[in-house]
Amino acid sequence: MPKTLFEKIWDKHVVDVLPDGTTLLYIDRHLVHEVTSPQAFEGLRLAGRSVRQPGRTLATMDHNVPTDDRHNINDPISKAQIEALEKNCNDFDVTLYGLDSNKQGIVHIIGPEQGATLPGMTIVCGDSHTSTHGAFGTLAFGIGTSEVEHVLATQTLRQKKPRSMKVDFRGALQKGVTSKDMILKLIRELGTAGCTGYVLEYAGDAIRALTMEERMTICNMSIEGGARAGMIAPDDTTFEYVASDDRPYAPRGEALERAIKEWRKLPTDPGARFDRELSINVSDLPPQVSWGTNPGMVADVTGCIPSPDAVTHCSQVDAERALEYMGLTPGTPVTDIAIDTVFLGSCTNARIEDLRRAAAILRDRKVAETVRMLVVPGSERVREQAEAEGLDRIFKNAGAEWRFAGCSMCLAMNPDQLKPGERCASTSNRNFEGRQGKGGRTHLVSPEMATAAAVAGHFVDVREWM
Amino acid sequence: MQSFEKHRGIIATLDRANVDTDQIIPKQFLKSIARTGFGEALFCDWKYAADGSLDASFELNADRFRGASILIARNNFGCGSSREHAVWAVAQAGFRAVIAPRIEHEDGSVKAFADIFQNNASKNGLVTVELSESEVNEIFNTVTTTPGLEATVDLVTQQVTLHTHEPVIYNFDFDPAIKENILLGRDDIGQTLEHESTITAYEDRIGETTD
Repeated sequence: MPKTLFEKIWDKHVVDVLPDGTTLLYIDRHLVHEVTSPQAFEGLRLAGRSVRQPGRTLATMDHNVPTDDRHNINDPISKAQIEALEKNCNDFDVTLYGLDSNKQGIVHIIGPEQGATLPGMTIVCGDSHTSTHGAFGTLAFGIGTSEVEHVLATQTLRQKKPRSMKVDFRGALQKGVTSKDMILKLIRELGTAGCTGYVLEYAGDAIRALTMEERMTICNMSIEGGARAGMIAPDDTTFEYVASDDRPYAPRGEALERAIKEWRKLPTDPGARFDRELSINVSDLPPQVSWGTNPGMVADVTGCIPSPDAVTHCSQVDAERALEYMGLTPGTPVTDIAIDTVFLGSCTNARIEDLRRAAAILRDRKVAETVRMLVVPGSERVREQAEAEGLDRIFKNAGAEWRFAGCSMCLAMNPDQLKPGERCASTSNRNFEGRQGKGGRTHLVSPEMATAAAVAGHFVDVREWM
Repeated sequence: MQSFEKHRGIIATLDRANVDTDQIIPKQFLKSIARTGFGEALFCDWKYAADGSLDASFELNADRFRGASILIARNNFGCGSSREHAVWAVAQAGFRAVIAPRIEHEDGSVKAFADIFQNNASKNGLVTVELSESEVNEIFNTVTTTPGLEATVDLVTQQVTLHTHEPVIYNFDFDPAIKENILLGRDDIGQTLEHESTITAYEDRIGETTD
């Protein structure tokens, strides 16, 4: 019986099927950060339990971390949360990449970087963007704090098998159009609940042509379409990534060769069935810009702000509310929208390739005087790499701020926040009301589009700059 | 967790779709390392005006919804981040159940609740009731025209009753495994650890740990 990539990984991780039909699924890797874990560790303490597999657990701090002076955390509550993670990792013998480590960074960036994310694994984290790791052909999804505690205590999760959906991306992207635009287009088509209950497999020649970092951007935003997880079958691009650089958690030598032999068996068999299939041609896809207050409210850069009655996947009233919050008028060309802030960062788009592509645009250009641009590398390793390549100097010479690694203005839990009414071109993943600061207005775009907007002071079709 | 068999209380409407977890509990409250104290922060950015007073234009601030313990909203409630703080906030603000509509399309149905939120709710005894779009429309209309309307959510019979002059009953589906846990107020971890020997056998079979 032919199987999908998802079914192969699922079946291999079934510990038991319980009498009520629930599957007990084994978890290969548990990533932990400071925000969603303290109550889980406290639960273990109260019940006198330990962490079952500390070696499968890996922690870092990212959400609260200041990106300028990281060792002086002024907010006492943030500080307490960071100290709680230090204590918990110490007490329960969990490896922590803390603020003094050059391996610290956004949890979804350091997993792959350290080789802790490998094909065929099940990976969970108390964070919805855990779907990122699916780019390696892993089953990876976000969980709440009760489930974090469950995994710490048992290394398993109680799960109902989700449905499966295949999304075939076809064609060749134009220059200046990215995997960020592909995933924004998909969410725009299906809506933010369109994939709820499904695990997605992204396939097709347009996916095969992407680098690992570009694939991670797509899988990262699967959750914005409601999906439980998003996956891409591993191939030579995947294996080359795992084999490259210093990845202490990844196998090496003969062990790697044996692993790759197994990983080659993971892709979906011909004839395997999905519960739903669809295909999107991306050859003519223009850069995408979100205009509203959820990641399904998206327009072509060549288009205009829609009329509320033309918005799909929400009521007219909800669309009107979104337009009011965003301070936008239907019919306005997207390229007429002026911005005052640019955020280049987040687990979606803060890897070295993202920074290189942005720097290539900024070389010999300046950030507009009306714009504040914040560049926040996704990890300390990305920061060091960028500095070794001189990218930091390009950003600073152009007038952008160059920071230390963290989640930063993606969710504004640290001091990097928008003020009410400020309008941001952001490479992050969510444009919810207040997400980047109360009253702030977020437009989701690719790194190329964000950088071009920083220079022009308003959105431009970055294809014209290529 | 708190068990739930049947609950009667005032039903309040929140006429919005895609209510995301950033709205349910804004990020500044996620810094707490406690499991309690989130109720006051529920819908904080909508609930309070800039000067800190209650914003009269936010429908849940209406007098007639004071003390409400059942919430009804539109589709895709709880989308966004995995923060369980969102469920804690809803429950600690006094709500025992949330009702939302699934939406039928030609390509299948769109679920009423976001996946992770619904999962988190099930671990905290917060009952998520999925009804059809027309049923939810009907309830919105009834609540609007009946100030102080009470409803009962009965998990045993899987029914929502609106206590209008002639009571109106709506049936709902509910996952049997989760139902049993919530009815008994049973936590997962203890149950899973009853299978510890099976987990150990699995670990022996896969052979290694990863470091």
